[in-house]
Amino acid sequence: MDITSLSALELGSRIKAGDITSMDAVRAQFEKIKEREDRYSCYITLTQEQALRRAEQVQRRIEAGELRNQPLAGVPMALKDNICTRGVLTSCASKILEGFKPPYDAAVTERLEAAGAVMLGKLNMDEFAMGSTTETSCYGPVKNPWDTGRVPGGSSGGAAAAAAAEETWYAIGSDTGGSIRQPSSFCGVTGMKPTYGAVSRYGLIAYASSLDQIGPIARNVSDCAAVMEIIAGWDKRDSTSVRLDDYKFTDALVDDVKGLRIGIPRSYLGEGLDPEVKEAVIGAAKALEAKGAAVEYFDMGMVDYAIPAYYVIASAEASSNLSRFDGVKYGYRTPDFEDLQEMYKKTRDDGFGMEVKRRMLIGAFVLSSGYYDAYYIKALQVKALIKKGFDEAFEKYDIIIGPTAPTTAPRLGENLSDPLKMYLGDIYTVSVNLAGLPGISVPCGTDSSGLPIGVQMIGQTFSEKTLLRAAYAFEKTMPGMRPPQLDGAAVKGGEQA
Amino acid sequence: MSYEYETVIGLEVHCELSTRTKIFCGCSTEFGGAPNTHVCPVCAGMPGTLPVLNRKVVEYALAACLALNCDITQHCKFDRKNYFYPDLPKAYQISQLYLPIGRNGHVDIECEGYEKSIGIHEIHMEEDAGKLIHDKWEDCTVIDYNRCGVPLIEIVSEPDMSSADEVIAYLEKLRRTLQYLGVSDCRMQEGSIRADINLSVRRRGEEKLGTRTEMKNMNSFKAITRAIQAETDRQIEVLEDGKRVTQETRRWDDSKCASYAMRSKEDAQDYRYFPDPDLPPVFISDDWIARVKALEPEFREDKCRRYVSEYGISEQDALVLTDSVRMADIFEETAKICKDPKEAANWLMVEAMRIVKARETDPSQMNFSPRHLAELIALVDAGTINRAAAREIFEKIFDEDIEPESYAQEHGMKIESDSAGLEKVIGEVITANPKSVEDYRAGKKKAVGFLVGQTMKAMNGRADPGTVNKMIVKMLDEER
Amino acid sequence: MAITDKTIDYVAALAKLDLTAEEKARAREDLGNIIDYVDKMNELDVTGVEPMSHVLGCSNVFREDEVTSVPDPEGILANAPETKDGGFKVPRTVV
Repeated sequence: MDITSLSALELGSRIKAGDITSMDAVRAQFEKIKEREDRYSCYITLTQEQALRRAEQVQRRIEAGELRNQPLAGVPMALKDNICTRGVLTSCASKILEGFKPPYDAAVTERLEAAGAVMLGKLNMDEFAMGSTTETSCYGPVKNPWDTGRVPGGSSGGAAAAAAAEETWYAIGSDTGGSIRQPSSFCGVTGMKPTYGAVSRYGLIAYASSLDQIGPIARNVSDCAAVMEIIAGWDKRDSTSVRLDDYKFTDALVDDVKGLRIGIPRSYLGEGLDPEVKEAVIGAAKALEAKGAAVEYFDMGMVDYAIPAYYVIASAEASSNLSRFDGVKYGYRTPDFEDLQEMYKKTRDDGFGMEVKRRMLIGAFVLSSGYYDAYYIKALQVKALIKKGFDEAFEKYDIIIGPTAPTTAPRLGENLSDPLKMYLGDIYTVSVNLAGLPGISVPCGTDSSGLPIGVQMIGQTFSEKTLLRAAYAFEKTMPGMRPPQLDGAAVKGGEQA
Repeated sequence: MSYEYETVIGLEVHCELSTRTKIFCGCSTEFGGAPNTHVCPVCAGMPGTLPVLNRKVVEYALAACLALNCDITQHCKFDRKNYFYPDLPKAYQISQLYLPIGRNGHVDIECEGYEKSIGIHEIHMEEDAGKLIHDKWEDCTVIDYNRCGVPLIEIVSEPDMSSADEVIAYLEKLRRTLQYLGVSDCRMQEGSIRADINLSVRRRGEEKLGTRTEMKNMNSFKAITRAIQAETDRQIEVLEDGKRVTQETRRWDDSKCASYAMRSKEDAQDYRYFPDPDLPPVFISDDWIARVKALEPEFREDKCRRYVSEYGISEQDALVLTDSVRMADIFEETAKICKDPKEAANWLMVEAMRIVKARETDPSQMNFSPRHLAELIALVDAGTINRAAAREIFEKIFDEDIEPESYAQEHGMKIESDSAGLEKVIGEVITANPKSVEDYRAGKKKAVGFLVGQTMKAMNGRADPGTVNKMIVKMLDEER
Repeated sequence: MAITDKTIDYVAALAKLDLTAEEKARAREDLGNIIDYVDKMNELDVTGVEPMSHVLGCSNVFREDEVTSVPDPEGILANAPETKDGGFKVPRTVV
């Protein structure tokens, strides 16, 4: 078996056992990347030289007996391109950050390095994490490895596609309204968004500060748990960072859900949900029920209000967070200006894509005088109600289950002309960010076109271990999933070459 | 027909808090330094960076609010004020709009013959912006972010002032209070205190407020006084011409003694304030308030009274000594050691202030040991050095904090205690200057002065003029 | 609600964007649709609900007043489009 098809933990233990070196892994991975990148475009930057040097360093340390309690030491991975990496281009897939090489590492970058991770490169994404298809990247779209005529989802599309296409053993993405979970579901991989504050945001280029979180995307639940152990942790540089009581996420990987109380909101299964997706999700709940979990349907309101609240809050915060991109201190500056104001306006109009501009305009609007109370404050009130709704639900249930997305992966170009339609696809994921809850998407089957379907599990704050246990137990009932054309030549629309 | 007008003035005062580090990052707040050397990715607004609040900033702001009689907003938070300007790297300033730390305070001022209470609308914490350096040679501006993120409190007064005198009295009271607290240097020349003036005029007796203008860039109390006068005159002239005062921001140019409307910043002044999602709110408990209040120093008024009763100095002198808490502290320490408060007071009020003015600095910057001043006073009291020498030595103490005894020794300033030797020299001087002797004998008592001078010269200053004078008179009278 | 050209000009100025005529027209339509959709929130009765800024209810997150930064002017300026005399260079600002 190709080592690139191994899971991250499997590779990690083979490296520790001395079967494979980290450098072997890096070389094998880059071979596959070279083969497949033309098809999928998962990466913005590849750091082969750096990866080999680093692999050598880590290999030496492992052989010297260090990194003993780091199960992923020597395992190559990749980071979404909105996570700062010292000296390496960090572009947020935007022209306005062209050439930007941060003089510092993000907190997660530091943690991964300390755990012996080896960075392969930076992954493609929707510009500034705004989008659900990875079509807004200034470097061109990512293609879904299950069908290159379709999107991988977004905004961590490159991360999910790379994990699915075995172009990395695991990836680090970010999730503001579903950007880890939804592409994971479209690409047939596992992705987790932690409780807000569990992973430091220091060095994550901000989209919506009160909603952003960094999380793992990998080919199975165990890998996600192992990555969570590396990246989660309190950071004094992030005032919204929190201390968890218990970081031993891999202890949760136990195939036992007896007595687990599962709630499924009826409103999640209503109109707009693809019937095949609905079937697969209900099937997932049944599988857990067969293992001893108690599944119940219940009424949770507020589902319809999550998207308006999300877009108001996210756009407002984004409009402020992105104001610093002005051509003064870093990134792109228009060559064509006479005075300061012109420089600002042309740089920004030129440097940002349409979706980003759209959200900045919305954001400016909902914060502007006269509209602040009606929109922004109201959205914060709706957010409070959404949280309250979840709190009430979690008094009765340990986890909530539902679809990750209402459909499987749409075709490239399908959603671009209708932003509102695209926003509505986030219906199941945004409320989780609004309430600051942890959520995980696990593959639960494919539709009749062979496209992956994801089931989302949501927990109360700090209940990552419960989620991981449920996800792990569920995963055990599913056969492995792998995009059929991975080893074939370039194909279109699901056909074999 | 001309009317009687009254002026209505409100102030927005920004004070830099004297914490060691900036408000949201661990950069030094030290003044000066090469451009962008007290800067980190956080205060330079680099992508992915986040603010973390400096506890001391809250403590200092809290102390200021309490000393200025404000109600404390126990649950307060930070908001983002969004606008574009090159000195603002994040394109938003973290400030407090909705829940400022202090509200409804007041400050009592004393003007010529009357007292008045000036209301403080609110006090809030915020971060300072960087510095723009307009290049002389090239048509460009260069930005230095060293000052970016330095903690500020903004003190917004009610429009309760009606003259430049009141404004100056208010500013002096604020400055002194904050210096006494030790929370800010309040040095206008360094920019650690800045005042913007909101001014309008109206006919005497009218209740409605006139349209106000905002004035910036007054860098000294004198400039403030001139600006207030000029703007009052200008607005009155506008109204008398039958026109309306335009609400605008004006920049004061002290060299021209005039103000100019600043071209309004292109962006609409819609700052879109919203709570900063990166900063959790601040809760100031009753306990915290009590602790900070307990640390309040003795303020000027009480100190003044105590100096009069404890040290027996005049109220006038006490006022001078307590104008600067640094001066007051040096005074007290010196008085404790040398046990001669009147001397200590004199040295500070006369000599120290003379040097302060000559060096174009202010008393808060005095940096010498009270012990050395006390030693100097002791040397003079003991007759070991004369006053002229003492003044010279004091200047050295002021500048370099030297040890007076050893300095006097090294520089041969100690008075010759050998009176026989002195007599001999006086004798020589008298012999060498028969005309002066004649003049003295003829009744011109002042001729002694010349002989004293000559003696001092012959003695290389190492004598006490008073003693010499007495000896000369004695010898001349004896010779009869 | 009707988003007018004036509104688009206003928010574009706030966002410092120099939109082309085409972008303006598109923005007007998009914003109109999105704001209409967002108005859905008005269906809810939010009287008495405290607007929730921070989900976790933390407060008083502080750092101590100690210098922890190391001067790195080169790093700070390394990505600047234009620099001069150790600072960021921009067109002359209007005073």
